[in-house]
Amino acid sequence: MATVALNTKDRIANRIAKELKDGDLVNLGIGLPTKVGNFLPEGVEVMLQSENGYIGIGPVTEVDPDLVNAGGQPAGMVTGAAMFDSFMSFNLIRGGHVDATVLGALQVDQNGNLANWMVPGKMVPGMGGAMDLVVGAKKVIIGMEHAAKDGSPKILKQCNLPLTGKQVVDMIVTELAVFTCTDKGLVLEEISEDTDLQTVREKTEADYIVSKNLKKF
Amino acid sequence: MEKVISMEELPQYYSDGMSVMVGGFMGVGQPIEIVKNMVEKQVKDLTLICNDTAVPDLGVGTLVVNKQLKKAIVSHIGTNPETGKQMIAEELDVELVPQGSLAERIRAGGAGLGGVLTPTGVGTVVEEGKVKMNVEGKEYILETPLRADVALLKAHKADKAGNLVYRLTGRNFNPMMALAADMVIAEVEELVEVGELEPDEIMTPGVLVDKIVVCGKGE
Repeated sequence: MATVALNTKDRIANRIAKELKDGDLVNLGIGLPTKVGNFLPEGVEVMLQSENGYIGIGPVTEVDPDLVNAGGQPAGMVTGAAMFDSFMSFNLIRGGHVDATVLGALQVDQNGNLANWMVPGKMVPGMGGAMDLVVGAKKVIIGMEHAAKDGSPKILKQCNLPLTGKQVVDMIVTELAVFTCTDKGLVLEEISEDTDLQTVREKTEADYIVSKNLKKF
Repeated sequence: MEKVISMEELPQYYSDGMSVMVGGFMGVGQPIEIVKNMVEKQVKDLTLICNDTAVPDLGVGTLVVNKQLKKAIVSHIGTNPETGKQMIAEELDVELVPQGSLAERIRAGGAGLGGVLTPTGVGTVVEEGKVKMNVEGKEYILETPLRADVALLKAHKADKAGNLVYRLTGRNFNPMMALAADMVIAEVEELVEVGELEPDEIMTPGVLVDKIVVCGKGE
């Protein structure tokens, strides 16, 4: 399997890409989420939306000072791209016209709460468009490494950092596991091929149910 | 009415303590030359309404570095470390607003609305001190309108009547800000005669634009 050669972040991106459907309008966050576009299954074409005002992000063919992505970096556009203002951009986001958004996280909890915009006293970059994305996108997928750099869990019983959104997360994908957020709480749907249930349990603080149809990815 | 003015005539519209909306997203679609002029003229105690504070050496980012702001109402400051530094030192009051709510607050200010009900920020620090309403079973926050004394826009093309055309991602907050200030000034790359723009291509109607400064493509 080609997946064996993938590094941690690529593995996460590769798994998330399988959630996207042909024709979806998708917003990818900065960092790991951006990689999802590299792993789309064959026959799946999505349009990518950029908060600063366009649909149809593509590879950079030449740098145009008037064309940047939501991180302010030079961007490209695909044939059929559409440009608009911030009002339209957030009507699309908040109004449920974006099929899926993929975002990173500092913490996620078993109630589907998400914290990814600030660490009091340390990092206060601002929420940008994240708070709108999590309330508006039809599906909110969190792509992140299972634990923090110091090994502490990021999937918690309750977030203790300021929230980006309350009960907004639909799915969490890490290098070890795939969880869905349901009315009954977190459900462990899949574990990666090279891990086991005990390892996932040890590295996850949150309570969760193990799916009866647990799969490997 | 003659709308085209020179950069030298611009400072008469500045005043210390004024509130100013500046178009642009990370400096793109931002009236960079007008901002340079404001830095040069040392206009101070400004309340800035803008998507972000850019980077230290670009656009509105330079107003932060030069300590010309009293308050910033923005959605993102992460790319300009100076903003965070002044905020922590309590030299600069920063009001962080979710980007979509910022767009709506400016729109409301220009559209004669008393605010907008949005689900964005429910259950977060954003709802603190704000009116909340339950409409048809869903919770919303009332976000109030924003207006400014002056709006500074950036357009790709204008005609002499002030009709504006933006280019690519340079559009962003500019069209909303054109409605939400008492004095609207557009920095444009290219000026054409009235009638040269196709009516269907005009993105901001000229009646909203008070003054035009032609700056070319800048640096």
